[in-house]
Amino acid sequence: MTVKTADLLRTPLYDLHRKLNGKMVDFAGFELPVQYEAGILTEHRHTRSKASLFDVSHLGQVVIGGDDPARALERLVPGDLVNLGEGRMRYTMFTNDTAGILDDLMIVNRGGDWLVIINAGPRVADLAHLRAHLGADRVAYHPDRALIALQGPAAATVLARFAADCARMPYLSSATLSIAGVEAFVMRSGYTGEDGFEISLLPDRAEAVAEALLAEPEVAPAGLGARDSLRLEAGLCLYGHDLDPATTVVEAGLTWTVSKRRRAEGGYPGAEIVARQLAEGPLRRRVGLLPEGRAPVREGAEILAPDGRKIGTITSGGFGPTVEGPVAMGYVETPFAAEGTEVQALLRGRPVAARIVKPPFVATRYYKG
Amino acid sequence: MSGLRYTKDHEWARLDGEVATVGITDYAQAQLGDIVFVELPEPGKAMGQGEEAAVVESVKAASEVYAPLGGEVVEVNASLQDEPALVNADPMGRGWFLKLKLSDPAAFDSLMDEASYQAYLKELA
Repeated sequence: MTVKTADLLRTPLYDLHRKLNGKMVDFAGFELPVQYEAGILTEHRHTRSKASLFDVSHLGQVVIGGDDPARALERLVPGDLVNLGEGRMRYTMFTNDTAGILDDLMIVNRGGDWLVIINAGPRVADLAHLRAHLGADRVAYHPDRALIALQGPAAATVLARFAADCARMPYLSSATLSIAGVEAFVMRSGYTGEDGFEISLLPDRAEAVAEALLAEPEVAPAGLGARDSLRLEAGLCLYGHDLDPATTVVEAGLTWTVSKRRRAEGGYPGAEIVARQLAEGPLRRRVGLLPEGRAPVREGAEILAPDGRKIGTITSGGFGPTVEGPVAMGYVETPFAAEGTEVQALLRGRPVAARIVKPPFVATRYYKG
Repeated sequence: MSGLRYTKDHEWARLDGEVATVGITDYAQAQLGDIVFVELPEPGKAMGQGEEAAVVESVKAASEVYAPLGGEVVEVNASLQDEPALVNADPMGRGWFLKLKLSDPAAFDSLMDEASYQAYLKELA
């Protein structure tokens, strides 16, 4: 398969990726670096020990305006938005009538308007969904804006050199700050399991901010490859792989995102099914798997019971650089989902022993204040 | 005359008597990125030219390594089990994969020599 790069979208940091010798690939229609010269293992480990800069401008930034965005958005997601304080943000998902997941997202209460951050793959459908239910005039998509993530234990120390106020921001909060003289909408969030920030910028100043951060001694660039291995070790789902429209919120183990009030009141697509699966238990569940040995077991591999019967499928799998071994996530029939259950995964037609574990594979280190 | 030959799939082979040492080229390891696991065949296994000889796993994906020529596996590089990154660090040396006793040593010269392989890489660029 050959991809014509001329058809791919470029982010405001495209020139910087080229300058840093990023190995560019097609990711959901965007031309982005899978890695830089250091390579995925080094970039992954650097993120866990210091701080890495990621270009995540492919994520869609959608601003919801009009009257009471919280109530309007609650009709589409199971998350509690009415009780989300100003400046705070929350992880939730768009659901369909069968409680399947159309996309997973972050929603930020900016006081006044609200920001919804969506994945690149489903963005067209997401926008149509939002416009159909909220009215097109309330939905403003900003495809031109940049989003950069600074992730790792040194992220706050580094960013505080530019904007001292960032250091005390609670996890999953946001603020408008000036970074190197540029106005930035900063969120304390990320997709690595580490402390860190996601920084939304106007396109014309994004490269200057990225360069300023990269000039700090703790910071190195990291690509999509490290982003994927970091999120997998942190037990975070990847849309289109671990989550999809045929997988419910309960099966995916995301009911922690559904508050007591929303469980009681419902009022979002598929709420009855979520309630029923919460009461009766789902037929299958998302689990973590630790395969024996060193060979990575990847997406699509079958999961077998000890007697050889198929009981599930791997949805994300690979080598965990911090774990220093293979790690995987997948779905298994509920009787096999208990921690410690011994199963098998089919690797090139050969069964490999694997143990069911509860993600994350690496303890998360989000800022606790 | 160099004793090294290459395939279009970026394997190399070095002949010593009738035994060829086989690995992947520097170009191949750079394309694959960080290698985290190598699956090697059992010694004694016979394979034809172009058959799957080994599997190399990078962080991102699994790729097959093919036998450049037909023969029988007489030795595999056991150090790759503990240190697969040798393939990245020294692909033409300590990162070798296996040794094949060739069923037809004369066929060795049918593979690309250094100059042909370098020309082939230029075409790919």
